[in-house]
Amino acid sequence: MLSKRLFFFLSIVCSTMQNQAQTIQVCESCSVSSLKDAVNQAKAFDTIIVQKGTYKEYNILINKPLTIIGKDYPVIDGELKGEIITIISDDVTVDGLFIINVGTSYTEDYAAIRVRKSKNFVIKNLVLEKLFFGIYIEKSHHGKVFHNKVIGDAIEEYNSGNGIQLWYSHHIEIENNYVEHVRDGIYLEFSDDCLIRNNVSALNLRYGLHFMFSNDDIYQDNTFENNGAGVAVMFSKNIKMLNNTFKENWGTASYGMLLKEINDAEIIGNTFEENTIGINVEGSNRIIYKHNNFKHNGWAIKVRGACYANQFTENNFLYNSFDLAYNSKINDNVFDGNYWSNYTGYDLDKDGVGDVPYRPVKLFSYIVNRTPETIILLRSMFIDIIDFSEKVSPVFTPDNLLDNNPLIKKVTW
Amino acid sequence: MLKILKYSFFDLMRSRWSYVYFAFYLLLGTVLLFLNNDLSKAVITLMNVIIVLVPLIGTIFGVMYYYNSKEFTELLLAQPLKRSSIFLGQYLGVALSLSMSLILGLGTPFVFYGLFESSAIWDFSLLLVTGTFLTLIFTALAFNIALSNENKIKGFGYAILLWLFLAIIYDGLFLMTLIFFEEYPLDKLSLVGTMLNPIDLSRTLILLKLDISALLGYTGAVFKQFFGTSFGLIVSFVMLTVWVVLPVLRILFKSKRKDF
Repeated sequence: MLSKRLFFFLSIVCSTMQNQAQTIQVCESCSVSSLKDAVNQAKAFDTIIVQKGTYKEYNILINKPLTIIGKDYPVIDGELKGEIITIISDDVTVDGLFIINVGTSYTEDYAAIRVRKSKNFVIKNLVLEKLFFGIYIEKSHHGKVFHNKVIGDAIEEYNSGNGIQLWYSHHIEIENNYVEHVRDGIYLEFSDDCLIRNNVSALNLRYGLHFMFSNDDIYQDNTFENNGAGVAVMFSKNIKMLNNTFKENWGTASYGMLLKEINDAEIIGNTFEENTIGINVEGSNRIIYKHNNFKHNGWAIKVRGACYANQFTENNFLYNSFDLAYNSKINDNVFDGNYWSNYTGYDLDKDGVGDVPYRPVKLFSYIVNRTPETIILLRSMFIDIIDFSEKVSPVFTPDNLLDNNPLIKKVTW
Repeated sequence: MLKILKYSFFDLMRSRWSYVYFAFYLLLGTVLLFLNNDLSKAVITLMNVIIVLVPLIGTIFGVMYYYNSKEFTELLLAQPLKRSSIFLGQYLGVALSLSMSLILGLGTPFVFYGLFESSAIWDFSLLLVTGTFLTLIFTALAFNIALSNENKIKGFGYAILLWLFLAIIYDGLFLMTLIFFEEYPLDKLSLVGTMLNPIDLSRTLILLKLDISALLGYTGAVFKQFFGTSFGLIVSFVMLTVWVVLPVLRILFKSKRKDF
């Protein structure tokens, strides 16, 4: 009697569970041997578990809320035929797949995994290789891209795609990803209120991070290293850039960070190390630069023009070839209380603030701006002499461009 | 020749000036290293000192030595010795003793600091090599000046003028030329301009290993191609060697025809 009841109870439980969330196993010898079949058979809110193996599939359309979990990184091989996974439903989770061989197309941007017009998605623990576009999120919102590894093999800019791309999406969190060897590591266009945190973007052809028309975003604790042109932030408002590291972006047109038409941003606690140009600023207003380290750059900051009401306070400028370059005589930006390793003044009253103002723009940096080839005279004695005379009585450089309170010791925070 | 070299060398080694020169570099190296704590920064500062001071001391010392040992030279000329070996021996004696002061003076503190474990060893060796080249070049130039001028005051004047020209005025003219012709492609002009002045050449060579290489890339492809590869390094060293060989040949040529 009891056993009969128990059996009845159990069978009810099981059947309801089956109705609610079924688990479908996919493996090479199972009845379901492809991810595509599994998705077709699954009902909404099911879980698909993909066992270790190689699955040659592409154009997998996920049109219902599913959780897809890979066990021990099963390989989904697109055989260069097209896009591999396309998500068009809300509440989809994709976890732990190894996706390779995305097709290349110049009319459609094939991606390893694309999210279209969805919300509440989670894409995590993926490894993507041999790809065109990696993770492509369009017109979606409230999603997470977490702990993925994107390793491209891009050689030319024109025929390669981006690692993680956001287009018309908002409230997306991109965290702990590693992106290398693609065109742009992380690309945001028309994407607001996103958080980009703890990512590493290295060795990309163009930009480590590329930002266009995206407002109110935060990026923090990321590392951008050795990218073709560093990081570009353009035409955006209210961006917060906190504690990032920009390293070793060496080259003809290479920047640690390129700011163009950026307003009301905060750039705090970042490190710019060994870049040809630490920050290249153009047409950017009301930006707060604070607590940044500029170390061993060619130019720490290059101000191109139309930059007003920016504040540079409490930064460290350490051993840069040029601390600052200006191409005009007009200055509306404030430099105050920074530490400049090139400062040669003294501090008689011992209050930690130099008694003589520091002029960060040297005559030579003005000359190099005009005639780049003159860089060959860097550190020549003649240049030291003309720099000195310009320091004593500025003629070519903005005469109100001064740090009136240059610090004697490095700023720590 | 070797015997004369030896005499000149040991004569100089016993002289006060060699010790002063050696002590100066020793002090400079020590102070820079132990106050700075940053090896690559110390190398840059040293470079600034070397490209200015080494030529200056090379020229002044060379001229001074020639005039001072004039009587000894005349005595030697009375002996059955080849003129080339007398003057070459003297020249090498001066140049080598100066180079030795430089290498030992700077090398000792760096070795004690732990240079061999540091990655800056190549930058530093380059620094010493270019320093030695500069000594050889400027001592040879000094001997040329001294050989051509009997008048000591004139000789010193020319020597200082030579240094002033190559260390400072040349760069000024160079800069003015570059700015004047800024509308034109300047890559090759600036390369040639650098090659023609040993001080500029040494400075560029050292900076290439330090901060300039990336900055040069900024200016254009020719620079990058030239300085970014070992080709540039080889050409630069060949040029430096030419800068040593030409004045030395003139010493030989001049000394053969000179009436004492």
